[in-house]
Amino acid sequence: MTDGPPDSGLSSPDALSAFLRRRSEQIAQRWADLPLFQAVFTVTRDEAVEASHAVVASLADVAAGGRLDDLEAAGFLPVRRQLIAMSGSRSRSGLSLAQVDREFGALRDAVLDMLPLDQAGQDERGGDDLRLPLATLFGTLRVVVVETMLQENQEVVLRQRQQLLEMTTPVIKLWDRLVAVPLIGMLDSARSQVVMENLLEAIVEHNATVAILDITGVPTVDSLVAQHLMKTVASARLMGAECVISGIRPAIAQTIVQLGLDLGHVTTRATLADALEWAMDQRGRRDRDPRPLG
Amino acid sequence: MTSVPERAEAVRLPIRGDGDLTAVRHQVRALARELGFGLVQQTKIVTAASELARNTLLHGGGGEVEVVRLEGPSGPGLRVSFTDSGPGIPDVERALQDGFSTANGLGMGLGGAKRLVQEFGIEQAPGGGARVTIASWAVSRPAGFGA
Amino acid sequence: MTNPSSIPVLDLGGLLLVSIQGELPDDAAVALQEDVTNAVASTGSRGLIIDISALEMVDSFLARVLAEVAASSRLLAARTVLVGMRPAVAITLVELGLTLPGLDTARTVTEAAAGFGVSIARTGGREEWGA
Repeated sequence: MTDGPPDSGLSSPDALSAFLRRRSEQIAQRWADLPLFQAVFTVTRDEAVEASHAVVASLADVAAGGRLDDLEAAGFLPVRRQLIAMSGSRSRSGLSLAQVDREFGALRDAVLDMLPLDQAGQDERGGDDLRLPLATLFGTLRVVVVETMLQENQEVVLRQRQQLLEMTTPVIKLWDRLVAVPLIGMLDSARSQVVMENLLEAIVEHNATVAILDITGVPTVDSLVAQHLMKTVASARLMGAECVISGIRPAIAQTIVQLGLDLGHVTTRATLADALEWAMDQRGRRDRDPRPLG
Repeated sequence: MTSVPERAEAVRLPIRGDGDLTAVRHQVRALARELGFGLVQQTKIVTAASELARNTLLHGGGGEVEVVRLEGPSGPGLRVSFTDSGPGIPDVERALQDGFSTANGLGMGLGGAKRLVQEFGIEQAPGGGARVTIASWAVSRPAGFGA
Repeated sequence: MTNPSSIPVLDLGGLLLVSIQGELPDDAAVALQEDVTNAVASTGSRGLIIDISALEMVDSFLARVLAEVAASSRLLAARTVLVGMRPAVAITLVELGLTLPGLDTARTVTEAAAGFGVSIARTGGREEWGA
């Protein structure tokens, strides 16, 4: 992205660090009025000033370390959490990555604007010398921000995928001790696993003796998913509940036969209504016809 | 999760008798729970560890287990290694098949344990003795359920 | 050394109830197998209920013990019902390939007893199982 400070200005990181510390208060005051800090710290302006101070101090530390383009510079560590919180807050308000990046870019402009002022006071140190290291330092800061945002996004995606999995596999209590999962959409390995765990948990929660797995809304089933379904049935049986699979489409039935899977131990019914009838009958039989002690 | 060097988390336990199996299960359960493993994942790795610890005892004449916490790119993990100085495993291929067993059990020891975890490996020492290693990761990578 | 016969085998009038209250070391499992088989023989019970709802793990060794208890009880004309297995335990056993086909299962002790025609009244319970 940017090269390090030119050889001629070996001392410029130090000069930059000194400048940032010297002007810390003014920079913090300016930043506090920028959209980025204003939008994040909505309660009091003092908070924004304080947060700005922390960021300026960290940047000064990074500059003092002389490694302006080092993303891993120790100075960034204290502000990383702050940056994550700020960029996270902005992206949650609907800003795109580019928009957040632009807001962080505005921080640099605010500091650049102050260079001429500072030069007036310290005329033997050329303000122009600080422009390049300043640009380098803020370039690094922006990469750190973008990096943390991308990381955040990835976590959000993972979290949402999990939530979606949970949401699309509801377990319904149909009757006393009778639960059902109406599955809709594609079943993959991950989702079948969630289905299995949810259904088995529901069996415990509702003390269910019968569970219906309805796959009317599932277009296709591969061998892995079919195996998951069979394992669900076997697990339910070990727990003391009967499990019936309903709504097997003709195409799925053919697939199962072609795959050579043996569903012999699995109770199946054509429709959810048939499965419900079977389930009620099953419950009735359990209650009516115990196998008494001899 | 703190990024402690993995060695700092290694716990070694002896496997000399039936009573030691309980300690192995407790150690694996405690760490799996701490690392955020779901209940099913916990149960799977504890059961796998139980199978392998018993193998170490029955086939390897006893040995040692090492429980290590891992830091992976997508989260923390757990590795359990069983080392014995017995005769080794003469036919690994066959030992991994269901129904194969040379001692008491349902013949589910090695092959069964392999299905319960995400990573599985067997190393044989030339002079005899075997080292069986299993590993699983918390969340985001679905356990090898039937994979 | 733990006392091998630490798990009581309750006789509910022709129906035996074994409730495993915690982790079962191998030697205790073997001792239990012997105790239960002896109890089935001496009481002439036709039903045996094993409650494993407290177990957080069942490995192939314990699964074999349970299957053998059921098999020997059957030889003594008693039917065994396994009760209260937890979901994580069930999933793990199925993954191991241990579906225990020879064992009957039930969700609760009450339900298993009802299957034998024995009513276990629950104080404050909503349902009354007819004998």
